[in-house]
Amino acid sequence: MGSIEFSGVGKVFGQAGGGTKALEDINLTIGEKEFVAIVGPSGCGKTTCLRMVAGFELPSSGVVSVSGRPVTSPGPDRAVVFQQFALFPWKTVRENIDLGLRNKNLPKGERDKLIHGALQLMNLESHADAFPHQLSGGMQQRVAIARAYVLDPDVLLMDEPFGALDAQTRVVMQEELVRLARVNPRTVLFITHAVEEAVYLADRVAIMTRRPGRIKEILDVRSVRLRENWDRFQNIEDVMDLESFVSIRTHIWKSLREEKGPQGI
Amino acid sequence: MERLPLRLREHVAWGLSGLALFLGLWTFLTVSGVVPRQFLPTPLDVAGRFHELLTTQSAGATLPYHLLSSFKRYAYGVCLAAIVGIPLGLLMGWFRWLDDAVSPVFDGLRFIAPIAWVPFAALWFGTGIGGPIMIIFAGAFPPCLINAYRGARFVEPRLIEAAQMLGTGHRRIILEILLPAATPSIVAGLRVSAGLGWQSLVGAELIVAAAGVGFMMVQAQGIVSTTTVMSGMIAIGLIGMLIDVLLRQGEAWLRRRRGLEA
Repeated sequence: MGSIEFSGVGKVFGQAGGGTKALEDINLTIGEKEFVAIVGPSGCGKTTCLRMVAGFELPSSGVVSVSGRPVTSPGPDRAVVFQQFALFPWKTVRENIDLGLRNKNLPKGERDKLIHGALQLMNLESHADAFPHQLSGGMQQRVAIARAYVLDPDVLLMDEPFGALDAQTRVVMQEELVRLARVNPRTVLFITHAVEEAVYLADRVAIMTRRPGRIKEILDVRSVRLRENWDRFQNIEDVMDLESFVSIRTHIWKSLREEKGPQGI
Repeated sequence: MERLPLRLREHVAWGLSGLALFLGLWTFLTVSGVVPRQFLPTPLDVAGRFHELLTTQSAGATLPYHLLSSFKRYAYGVCLAAIVGIPLGLLMGWFRWLDDAVSPVFDGLRFIAPIAWVPFAALWFGTGIGGPIMIIFAGAFPPCLINAYRGARFVEPRLIEAAQMLGTGHRRIILEILLPAATPSIVAGLRVSAGLGWQSLVGAELIVAAAGVGFMMVQAQGIVSTTTVMSGMIAIGLIGMLIDVLLRQGEAWLRRRRGLEA
């Protein structure tokens, strides 16, 4: 199980009538183990889409459902990776990862095994007893990803997870996420404003209009990636040089440029 | 305008000058006869009496003994305020309905000065240990509650969302997220509570029958021993300062520790 469905979803912030219309008639289905990225101009409501799947916000109209059940509140079947990491500063790396497992009432032995696996997956073994502030931004985000993965969630929600990282770290994390997605495929909803990142990571890329956000276009990247065998390259820059990559990227750039305001911002 | 930094020596120099000016003015007012001696004793008279009270009895005990019994009451009152106020504040910070239910009553009650509770404290809890503790509690309780509440309310929303998406229940959110996040605010509240509790002491001891600095002062007032009253005031001031300095140190220590750890 692990599909996400938006059907006729709208969101109005503030008072009904006088409020701000953030999203309008969003329709999108993300299949099981599919990786979908949403790109759009800033303020278009892409993060709001993710927050509705997480259960942090409820739609004003329409239905958001996960695995066929409408979302009503947050829960560990929908793990979130936040842009600002949102690690608990008073808990060690291990304790941060452990909280979700303790909430599942798993016995200690099993939790330790799962934590060990998650630490290994994200190359964090030597930092298990460090506090978040002792780690670099990239390491902190690894912890946040480990904390989400260890729960074995139906869907993984990533809200500009690499937005707060420096360029080099960002590339490493992107490559690692691709590795992770190939080894251990998940249903992922990934929000970003970085076009290359979306094309590199996702099976499909949904482009949003400016506010009130609607889905303008959905591109199938996966079929191109498989046809052109992008995965033969280890490094992101080699993929980014491919003509097939460039043409998709340019298409998205043009599409987004149309959404910019008259001042070009 | 920017405040210019001072060196430690200058700080001390200015502090001593202020104190000297204060004592000088006081001495002048009494010695020159502007204020009659029986209304305002000279600093020297007070110092002499203070020294005397360290070893001789007034109102049935020496000053250190009075201070000790005051401090015992005070410790009970402040601890009780912390034990009730901090958990209640955290719960109010998490459960909206509890906040709505408690806030109107609390916001009204907290503006009543602790001393206003004296008649009821005596009536409900007696003049032994219970009544005075209630007065100190009334002084120390509001900052405990308010700071725990504010600390819990202003936890970074992302952290609460992160806890929720991890499936964390109410009890764990309160104990493992709100409590640690609110700790700096709670500690600052405890410092204010400790100060207000100590201030409420004399009021609390209006109704005691045996011992305490406040009791000593009230008894001395009856026989117009102004030097004894003033010795009590000075003792209260000094101990209050000491409590504040110690708690300040504790707070700074906690901040340093969290700076390294959180």
